[in-house]
Amino acid sequence: MMSRGERTYLNVPLYRPRVAFFELSSCEGCQLQIINNEATLLDFLSLMEVVNFREAMTEMSEDYEIAFVEGSVTRKDEITRLRLIRKRAEVVVAFGSCACFGGVNQLKNRFDPGWVEKEVYGNHQIETGPVRPVDAVVPVDLKIFGCPVKKEEVEKTVVNIALGKSIVMPGYPVCMECKANENVCLFDLGQLCLGPITRAGCDAWCPGNRFGCWGCRGPSEDADVECFLRIVRERGFPHEMVIDRLECFGGFAAHTQSVREKPYRTSAGKSGGRRAGRRK
Amino acid sequence: MKVACNVNIAHLSRVEGHGNIRIRIRNGVVKEARWEVVETPRFFEAMLVGKSWENAPWICGRICGICSIGHTLASIRAIENAFDIVPDTQTVKLRLLLKHMETMQSHILHLYFLVVPDFMNTGSIFPLIRSHPDIVLRAARLKQLANDLCDCVGGRRLHPTRTVVGGFTMLPEKEELSVFRKRLIEAEEDLLLTVDTFRAFNVPEFGRETEYVSLRGRRRYPFIGGDLVSSDGVVKKEHEYREMTNEYTVEQSTAKWSRLSRASFAVGALARLNNNFDLLHPMAREVAADFGLQPISHNPFMNNIAQLVECIHVMKESVELIDELLDMSWTEPLMPVRPRAGVGVGAVEVPRGILYHCYEFDRTGKIVKCDCVIPTGQNHANIQYDLEELARQYAMRGRQDRDIELLAEMLVRSYDPCISCSVH
Repeated sequence: MMSRGERTYLNVPLYRPRVAFFELSSCEGCQLQIINNEATLLDFLSLMEVVNFREAMTEMSEDYEIAFVEGSVTRKDEITRLRLIRKRAEVVVAFGSCACFGGVNQLKNRFDPGWVEKEVYGNHQIETGPVRPVDAVVPVDLKIFGCPVKKEEVEKTVVNIALGKSIVMPGYPVCMECKANENVCLFDLGQLCLGPITRAGCDAWCPGNRFGCWGCRGPSEDADVECFLRIVRERGFPHEMVIDRLECFGGFAAHTQSVREKPYRTSAGKSGGRRAGRRK
Repeated sequence: MKVACNVNIAHLSRVEGHGNIRIRIRNGVVKEARWEVVETPRFFEAMLVGKSWENAPWICGRICGICSIGHTLASIRAIENAFDIVPDTQTVKLRLLLKHMETMQSHILHLYFLVVPDFMNTGSIFPLIRSHPDIVLRAARLKQLANDLCDCVGGRRLHPTRTVVGGFTMLPEKEELSVFRKRLIEAEEDLLLTVDTFRAFNVPEFGRETEYVSLRGRRRYPFIGGDLVSSDGVVKKEHEYREMTNEYTVEQSTAKWSRLSRASFAVGALARLNNNFDLLHPMAREVAADFGLQPISHNPFMNNIAQLVECIHVMKESVELIDELLDMSWTEPLMPVRPRAGVGVGAVEVPRGILYHCYEFDRTGKIVKCDCVIPTGQNHANIQYDLEELARQYAMRGRQDRDIELLAEMLVRSYDPCISCSVH
């Protein structure tokens, strides 16, 4: 697309990594976030050589160094594609929550597969498998969390890869960013929010818009989920509402099962919502 | 007479999602012309079963990375219809403004990033950064304006945060809207330059008579809710959407297909325009006339022009909406929600055509059944029959392989398909 060495330092052309974007089962929204950053798009693109971006360009290349993979794995052909990408790329980035944890797609894993297919396609045969994150199939070098990814964070990460700097994702929770932004605490407004246990880096995107966090970026590094559950229980949030949040994007998969097995009583009565097809 | 031609495109580029085009012509006869959809299904309609109503707009918005606002609004409308909630004027106007800006950002993305390269003989918009920076910067300006206003009203341009059942979690500042009013008026120049850019392109000559399905507006060009109509004279109520969509499964596609009075029908900007031409803003009608576009156009390539006409319309109407909003005194953005048992349907015109969400709830507001019918899903059969006819017509004209391949790609792109959305 663009020739290398457009930018120079002391007359020496700066190295621009060859970057490719790929998508598995997803809404392709995370890739769109790249184009959605109109104000800095041109500067950003001058840092790299985009050689694969099917959603926006026809040219394709098998010669790339960094591969951004959006989406989760749900079918055999995706495994083949993913292994090939891993073979060709030096750096594989799991791009967005579907790639990192399975995203909303993994919600179908709650049910028996046969029931899921029948519910949507009736008797029509359709190939599908359990939803898995990218690192369940190939090793991943870097994860960029979020549904959607925060474009500023993506830019910063790519710039750091291009410059060979180390990449550190925040380990602290969304609450820190939310407090720093002086937002009204959603718990004070009587709303549930996973901000206390979810990894920051989104600048408290949802709580900042007065919408409680659903944990799309997965747990913060020292998340005390037990303590959090005690607090939400004391405040009377229904058990199922808490499960809905924890299981929505797959980042809290390690905790969801145990929470489901230890339901607490609420005014709404019994929990669980079992119905035909639901897995035990 | 074209003797032989082979087109084999796996994972067509510059469209959302994964589709293949296969054309085989022998001795001037089209042996095969297929539009295959190979996208992996994600099973949204199953994953929502057993979940409470609150999950639906949040999860269903994620069906699509381009029209997440439209999905969220259709989901909210379905739930509000089921729970008998009627949004107040303030919410209705803000939702429509948000919807308009999604339409604009999506149409601009499609026209500039996906369509323009075909007419300028490049594989993407990226080489134009050097050769035609004015065009690229104009595209970025228009898209940014629309997206910024989506952020302002919906909280976020992709997977919005403020849009909920009953209204909004938060309102924008009136001062912010005043600034956007000014930016929208300034954007008129960029849109008119876009008209000039597209006037220089030769829209391929092609036609195949088909049926066009859309909402029908009463006083305004329709976007959110209302009666369903077809250019063949079918009229249905929103809750009767299944009689309009008639989904069925086919071997060549993981997305379901639809039909109504004929073998296929089309939805999208051209369908909306064909069925609601009288309701377009006068300036939008003038632009349509510049391109010789008037109802009923049966040239699918004119969908691009219809999108451009709609950009003018939504830009003009958004200024009016902001004026109306600024003149009102604003009230609390959120109405109380009381779940109840029942079924609700929400029909919304999203950039690629009419979208339906339907949920059945138990008395606690838990989802028992979910159905989403996606615009591109409704278009797949029409794309298939167009592709056959295009191959036939251009084979007869003796066009080269590469020409037929490019025209086939352009045909599919003109529908602006959102393939992963259509499979969901």
